[in-house]
Order: sequence, then C-alpha cells, then structure tokens
Amino acid sequence: MNFAVLQFPASNCDQDCVHAVRVLGHNAGLVWHKDTSLGAVDAVIVPGGFSYGDHLRCGAIARFSPVMQAVKQFADNGGLVLGICNGFQILCEAGLLPGALIRNRDLQFRCEQVYLKTDNFGTAFTSKIPAGKPLMIPIAHGEGCYFADGETLAKLKANGQVLWQYCDANGAVTEASNPNGSIQNIAGISNDRFNVAGLMPHPDRASEAILGTTDGRFIFESMIAALQVKSTAKAA
Amino acid sequence: MKAKIIITPKKAVLDPQGKTVQSALDHMGYKGVTGVHVGKYIEIDLVAGTDKAAATKALNDAAHKFLSNPVIEDYRLEIVD
Repeated sequence: MNFAVLQFPASNCDQDCVHAVRVLGHNAGLVWHKDTSLGAVDAVIVPGGFSYGDHLRCGAIARFSPVMQAVKQFADNGGLVLGICNGFQILCEAGLLPGALIRNRDLQFRCEQVYLKTDNFGTAFTSKIPAGKPLMIPIAHGEGCYFADGETLAKLKANGQVLWQYCDANGAVTEASNPNGSIQNIAGISNDRFNVAGLMPHPDRASEAILGTTDGRFIFESMIAALQVKSTAKAA
Repeated sequence: MKAKIIITPKKAVLDPQGKTVQSALDHMGYKGVTGVHVGKYIEIDLVAGTDKAAATKALNDAAHKFLSNPVIEDYRLEIVD
C-alpha cells in the first residue's frame, strides 16, 4: 500500500510516520503542504508537530494549505485519512472531524506513555487491535484536551465514533488516567463515515520494540487491512 | 482605520488559563473576582477610507472561518477610524 505523509512547515513527526509505515513493509512518501495533489495514494497520514508554529490556534493555518484541499477531496471520496497529534488538530480545524483540541487542563506540556481503551473495533483504524487490550502509546502535547458540545458528543457516542479513551494499565477509564482533561477521556475519534480518524497519542512512536512499545502498529495494520480488502474488492 | 477583534473561550469550554489567573488574583488579595476568561485580541490595520459595511462583512467572515474557532470561541468585532 502507498501512504502519503503530509509535511507542513514545523511538522516534526513526518519522518517517524514514513518510517513506521515502511517498517510494516509498505510504501510511504512525503507530500509538501504547497502541493495541490496527493498523487496515487491509498491513504493519508497528517503527522504531528507544530505546523506554522501553532500560531493563532494549533492547526488553524495548516488547514488552509493547498494540500489540505486535496486531502478534503480524498476524504470526500472515501479515502482513509489518519491525523496524529497536530494532525488531529488540523483535521478538527478543517472540519473533517468534529470538535476541537484546547489547552491541557493543567496547562502543562505532557510527554509520557499513556494507555488507550479501544471503544469500537469495527473500523478501518481499529480492526486489528486485540479485543480488551489497552494500548500503550505515548503522548506529547500541550493542547490535547478534546472538546465537543453536548449534541456533538451524544452523536459521537451513539454512532460509535469515539475510537479511543485514555485509561489505566488495566483498561479502566478513570479521571486519574486522563492526561489532559479531555471530555470523557476521549483520545481519538472518527468521522461518521469512519474513513477519517484522529488521535492525540503517537502510534508512530510506538511501532518498534526499541521504542518500548509496538502497540501503535495495530492502528497502521488496521488501515493496511482495510485497504487490502478495498483493493481486493476492486480487482474482483 | 482599524478592526479590533476580541476572542474569548465559550462559557462551556474549560478555561484553565482563566481559572489559574483567577486564583492568582485571589492569592494577591484582589477580592470580589467572580470569573476570569483569557482570550485573544487581534488588531487589523485597514486602508484609510475603507467602506465600513464591506469591511465588517469580510472580517466577520474571516473571524468565523479563521480568526476564531466557533466550536470553542466567541468573538466581538469592532471597526474604528
């Protein structure tokens, strides 16, 4: 499969994402923010970092980059898009995902391992995650407190769009395991078509044993499995 | 001519900066403060003689689409000579 990893000024996890995909035996290439086309790709990753210096609001300026028009079109056509950390913020600002990410509750930049409970295993981002396994994946953000208004939140929950919640090592969703004050411990969500997802934790930093955890692989492997099903269906 | 845009967090949104400033004010002895909301102030310089109504319309559009995020923020726009 062929992944496009976007590159904005001050993206800093772009190479990590490319590496994580290649480690899994698939292709990944960088696409510059000024490009107006993604080329022939199967999926898009919007990586972490501090695009445009986080000026105004995180992701607020990146969403107007030429490449984001192409990403919007790609998503509208059903293409798989995953936003990680700043990528999640960009997708929310772009309106591709509902809600917003605001300053962490304690106003601190949090850089640590967290655990994630998967709430919906039936998606292109979660199907390969073993049931009941809390994923150990690191976070590194100052503005990762997820917020959505009551109506949006109710819709997210009713549709199964909450994909991951912060939990403890045993999988219990507790106040103490919420690193940033996210509403209902939400760490990651998808859109209502389940082809665009975002999360604050970094699966790209959890894809090789040397990094202390390989749990992030499950998310990329889920995407790859979904793309393989799609390409088999197309060939048939 | 200038446009002044004041952006504040919506009431329903967690405002840890506002809360921290409020408790600091309290510690410093400033009593009677019932709330603090920390937002942003943006000043935009406009060409002298710009049509006020047209500028208001354009900047409302910019404030809604870009300068503020309506999911989490409210804004007030004022254009002054």
